[in-house]
Amino acid sequence: MTKMIGQRAIASLLSLLGLMVLVFFLSRLTGDPAVLFLPIDATEQMKQEFRALHGLDLPLIEQFGRYLLDLLQLDFGESLRKARPAIDVVLEAYAWTLPLALITMSLVVVFAIILGSLAAFNVGGFFDRLISVVSLVGASAPDFWIAIVAIVVFAIGLGWVPTSGVGTPLHWVLPVAVLFIRPFGLVVQIVRGSMLSALSAPYVKTARAKGVKNLPLIFVHTLRNGMLPVITVIGDQAAAMLNGAVIVETIFGFPGIGKLMIDSILQRDFNVVLAAIMVTAIAIFIMNILIDLAYGLLDPRIRH
Amino acid sequence: MSEALLTVKNLSVDFHTAGGTVHAVKNVNWSIAPGETLAILGESGSGKSVSANAVMNLLDRPPAEIVSGEILFEGRDLLKISDEDHRALNGKKIAMIFQDPLGHLNPVYTVGWQIMEMMTAHGRPASAARARALELITRVGIPEPEKAMGKYPHQFSGGQRQRLMIAMALMLKPDILIADEPTTALDVTIQAEVLSLLKELQRETGMALVLITHDLGVVAEIADRVVVMNSGEIVEAGTARDVYHNPRHAYTQKLIAAAPGKGDIKLLDDAAPLLLEAKKLNKTYGEFAALKDVSLTLARGQSLAVVGESGSGKSTLARTLLRLETADSGEAFWKGRDLISMNARDLLGCRREIQMVFQDPTQSLNPRMSVYQLIAEGWDIHKLMPNRSERRARVLELLEQVGLSPEHADRYAHQFSGGQRQRIAIARALALEPELIICDEAVSALDVSIQAQVIALLDSLRQRLGISFLFIAHDLGVVRDFADTVIVMKSGEIVERGPTRQIFETPEHPYTQRLLAANLDPDPDVQAQRRIILSNG
Repeated sequence: MTKMIGQRAIASLLSLLGLMVLVFFLSRLTGDPAVLFLPIDATEQMKQEFRALHGLDLPLIEQFGRYLLDLLQLDFGESLRKARPAIDVVLEAYAWTLPLALITMSLVVVFAIILGSLAAFNVGGFFDRLISVVSLVGASAPDFWIAIVAIVVFAIGLGWVPTSGVGTPLHWVLPVAVLFIRPFGLVVQIVRGSMLSALSAPYVKTARAKGVKNLPLIFVHTLRNGMLPVITVIGDQAAAMLNGAVIVETIFGFPGIGKLMIDSILQRDFNVVLAAIMVTAIAIFIMNILIDLAYGLLDPRIRH
Repeated sequence: MSEALLTVKNLSVDFHTAGGTVHAVKNVNWSIAPGETLAILGESGSGKSVSANAVMNLLDRPPAEIVSGEILFEGRDLLKISDEDHRALNGKKIAMIFQDPLGHLNPVYTVGWQIMEMMTAHGRPASAARARALELITRVGIPEPEKAMGKYPHQFSGGQRQRLMIAMALMLKPDILIADEPTTALDVTIQAEVLSLLKELQRETGMALVLITHDLGVVAEIADRVVVMNSGEIVEAGTARDVYHNPRHAYTQKLIAAAPGKGDIKLLDDAAPLLLEAKKLNKTYGEFAALKDVSLTLARGQSLAVVGESGSGKSTLARTLLRLETADSGEAFWKGRDLISMNARDLLGCRREIQMVFQDPTQSLNPRMSVYQLIAEGWDIHKLMPNRSERRARVLELLEQVGLSPEHADRYAHQFSGGQRQRIAIARALALEPELIICDEAVSALDVSIQAQVIALLDSLRQRLGISFLFIAHDLGVVRDFADTVIVMKSGEIVERGPTRQIFETPEHPYTQRLLAANLDPDPDVQAQRRIILSNG
């Protein structure tokens, strides 16, 4: 187990390094931060001083070497815009994104599993059709459209929830609800399909021959087997959410990692972009390990 | 006969499928008394499992529809009671075990939990369930019962898994045990053990046993009475002895005649030139030695059978000779040329001369290729028969040779029965005019009557075309009918070899003797005789 995690960590570290090189050089192709940061009538000398102050006048290779050296001491550099350590800015945003992703994914998992399993058991029935329609709509509706319609209806029209920002628990309702819809639609369909094939497995026949009742038949005998393919999809969806829900965060003015990343890219705040990407990559790495552990937990054949 | 415990009366079941309605069983009648063993004998598609599944309420409706009939048990018609009442009966009064215990045990729960569930699902406390489970796991002969409770199905062997299924079925002391092909997936010696365990347990508990099988040998070994099913109808019923010795219905007669192991034993032609020779082949997978110093010779026109139970190394031997696996050490010669060190180009030539027919034609034939494409593909690979019209003519000729007709050429594998598919696989092998065909359990998955036809086909090919066969099988009856030389393998080693007559009539190695003793004879009298000999010594 420790060996597995160790090997994974080394492989991930290599891809992280590659990613960093790519982002470091590509982001510098977007242009000169000095143009964006200084007033429009700033003189060339002022721009020169700005570049010298932030080390942006050095050859690219030297800039990269310095960045790596600092990184070895866990120094991610300063944010140009906020004049604070980049890592602090990123972790602050993460403190918003993490609970958002956690709450949304927990709801997705619970609802998708229960509703998808019941639909599979009742295949072809009214409930099954209802779930199919709902999930199809959910999986295919664009989230920016849902977000805007939701604001129009629930925030402006009915006035039940605030339109954007954070502060009270009510502020969380719309972002969570809008983020929930698409992964729910996808996962519920996977659960239904996976449970459908698990329900026709021979061991379910054995359970019936034993006189096992319907609920334990579905949720004890079949679900644990049916969950195996579902976990992979849940992992994918969770990874997407850890990346920050750029559109939803932007529309709702939610100060998460997605919004931070898009803002920093637009402002050419390179250090923040790099720090955000690295923290996200580490979060996704940890989540993949958790998914692998979940596989082992569910299926003894993988454990042994 | 004492009063019936369970009676199936005029049962008719239809299956509504996309291809139309299938009358799965038609007016089926049978009954069973306490302590009795009834065998329901039939080939695949005969409907032999349908009535038992109806008893257990295991038919999925739809597609199944019970058209008429009743199933009487303890004064009630089981076709009329609620699902809830069925659940109360299932496992408690009537229990069932199945053919494939690995598939029928839940892979993600411990066997102890699954066995205990038989009682907890019927409202008994877990402590009582645990005690009873331990008692039964011990009784069915699983070593270290305490530890076994905490293990998962994949950690047991096939025979052990079926024993665990039996333990589970007996938890609530059912009045009736229905066993659907309980030993079909098991090796012969394991089959014999499981059948004798079932008999002992029946004697101890007095339960009735309904045994669904395709195997006349199993009927002869265990059944008091037998009903024979064909195309959804019971064509014959009676005591096992009567039905075997005086079959009245033409189908029963055909079935008994097709039972392997009754024909003349072939004699070896010593003068034929040597085709294949292997010397001291070794192959290990990690710690596991699959082949240990295996040597053999095979002459032109000869059929050499390799016999052994699962894990004995027979398939590894075939794969090593085809160079699908690389031997760790040893030599192999094909017509005097070194097979092991041969380069890729020469090997390709040899591959044309050595063809293989696999166990499961459903999986070994590409479902997206027509029969014509399947048979002609080899010619593309080996750059033979460039002329299209010649190809077509040859494919049709080959189809005729294996007993299919020309119009089959443009169909796909799924449109054929199992026996027909195996004929296609044989035609595919013949297309390259091989000198040796390796058959890896090529007839094991087929029904007996089909099996007999395929064996007859292979034998005629051998006589007409002089093809040699390396025939890997676990069914001794088939081997006795087809082979002229036999090699017996156990744990990667050859324990005995010799002409077929010698192996079958005067086996020397104790393992060969055990195999032969475990092989069930379709004649109930012969089986009864063997049991007496076994119990006396």
